[in-house]
Amino acid sequence: MAGVTTIHLVERALLVSIQDDVTDTEIIDLQDQLSHRISEEEVRGVVLDISALEIVDTFVGRVIAQLAGISRLLDAETYVVGMRPAVAVTLVELGMYLPETRTALSLTHALTQLRRA
Amino acid sequence: MLNTSRDVVTARQAVAREMKARGTNTIRITRFATAVSEIARNAIMHGGGGELFVFLDRSKTYLIVRCRDRGPGIEDMDRAMTDGYTSANGLGRGLGGAKRLSHGFDVTTTVGEGTIVTMSAKL
Amino acid sequence: MPQTATTNILAILEADFNGIIEEWLGTQVSEGVKRSDLFSDSESRSQNAELLKAFSKGVRAGVVDAEFDLEDTAWEDLRAVLADVTKERVNRGVTPTEMATFVLALKSPLFSRLEAMLSDDPSSLIQEVMLVTRLVDAFAIYTNEVFIEERELIIERQREEMMELSTPVVELWDRVLTLPLIGTLDSARAQEVMENLLQTILERQAEVVILDITGVGTVDTQVAQHLLRAAAAVRLMGAECIISGISPMIAQTMVQLGIDVGTVSTRSSIRTALADALKTVGYVITKTRDH
Repeated sequence: MAGVTTIHLVERALLVSIQDDVTDTEIIDLQDQLSHRISEEEVRGVVLDISALEIVDTFVGRVIAQLAGISRLLDAETYVVGMRPAVAVTLVELGMYLPETRTALSLTHALTQLRRA
Repeated sequence: MLNTSRDVVTARQAVAREMKARGTNTIRITRFATAVSEIARNAIMHGGGGELFVFLDRSKTYLIVRCRDRGPGIEDMDRAMTDGYTSANGLGRGLGGAKRLSHGFDVTTTVGEGTIVTMSAKL
Repeated sequence: MPQTATTNILAILEADFNGIIEEWLGTQVSEGVKRSDLFSDSESRSQNAELLKAFSKGVRAGVVDAEFDLEDTAWEDLRAVLADVTKERVNRGVTPTEMATFVLALKSPLFSRLEAMLSDDPSSLIQEVMLVTRLVDAFAIYTNEVFIEERELIIERQREEMMELSTPVVELWDRVLTLPLIGTLDSARAQEVMENLLQTILERQAEVVILDITGVGTVDTQVAQHLLRAAAAVRLMGAECIISGISPMIAQTMVQLGIDVGTVSTRSSIRTALADALKTVGYVITKTRDH
């Protein structure tokens, strides 16, 4: 079921829901778009909801890690939420531990952490 | 046909769909579809585009994917097997990872002519 | 009617179907493979009848110039009936040898009838006996393969059930999970355990996972790798991971092997790990009374 990647601004955080059939090109565009919005809208956090992603390969993983780095430079923290168990197992097997990227159990958890920061 | 980034998604989703239809468990599907995604992308980024075929073996216990590109071929197989994102210059093609996620994995390459990757997963 | 290789066999099968069944059963009894302890007389008889019927069908359509291949469509029925009978027999505990002997016992009634029919034509008799031998042997070999496959499936299923029992994920406290790892982790087990753990984290919305390795004997590079991968996967799901039960021996081994734990918390005892975990989810343990 194809959806559309949505971005909402809540409590000065960008909530991004990535849809399942996102392509490499689209995700690079997304990274670009988010980078701009983070700096323009004085965003303090990005919550990437990847619960719709059945497959996360090294490309998407890399983009996520890059986004975390970019946002940190722009003084915002990125949280990844909703990773599926099968995806987590596959990523670690590929050696992608994403150490620089924060993770949270859910949107609520991420927002709680952002509030504390 | 593999030419655009949309095709990578189509390929991996097609594989996932086939495996799901035959009752394979989720984790196996995710692992293999991810591997297919890597290989399909390689074909486009390094191989200038190509074709991907999905079929079953005779006993119908394995799903086989054959991906072929007509690119420059792989000169350094060892380097190609390393992960592209951990090595210093990012030139590895991550074939090692894809191999780990597959049951059977074979690469045939001819410099100047192209590469064929044949990979399989247990259903 | 022109004589083909199978004319005589088919004639025998048609003429004395029930007689052959009875004799087949009889030979099975004398070879000790009928297993009347597991199958009633009527069950045995009907299984034999089904098999013989399918066998006849195969002989009629599937033998060309004394050549045959049990994988052909002509032998479909036999394969199907065999699969069913084999499954029944495996499930009730029949051994592969018993199963093979069960099938081979069919030769005896067929031979005796061929002999009666061709007693004055020894060269034909020999040819037909050879054909029957090849047919029944192939039948028995095929049976054996099906049997072994079926047994392996059962063993695999049992193994999985056992694995689930031996590595339970326990919800120690609200939002705190613990996974006591016992024995050596092999690749296949590690994968399944990991998936189960991550699924539980999702379902219970666990914030902390304690991986307890007190029961793990030796830690080599592979085991350490599995452990660190598991810890990384837990973190990717959004939970915190604590590895507890690191003995002095294991600590030494890990340092010697150059294993870098990175950002994963480690504790020597499950007690301290639990205290940490409770603190993380917002609880404090206080003593209420002096003992």
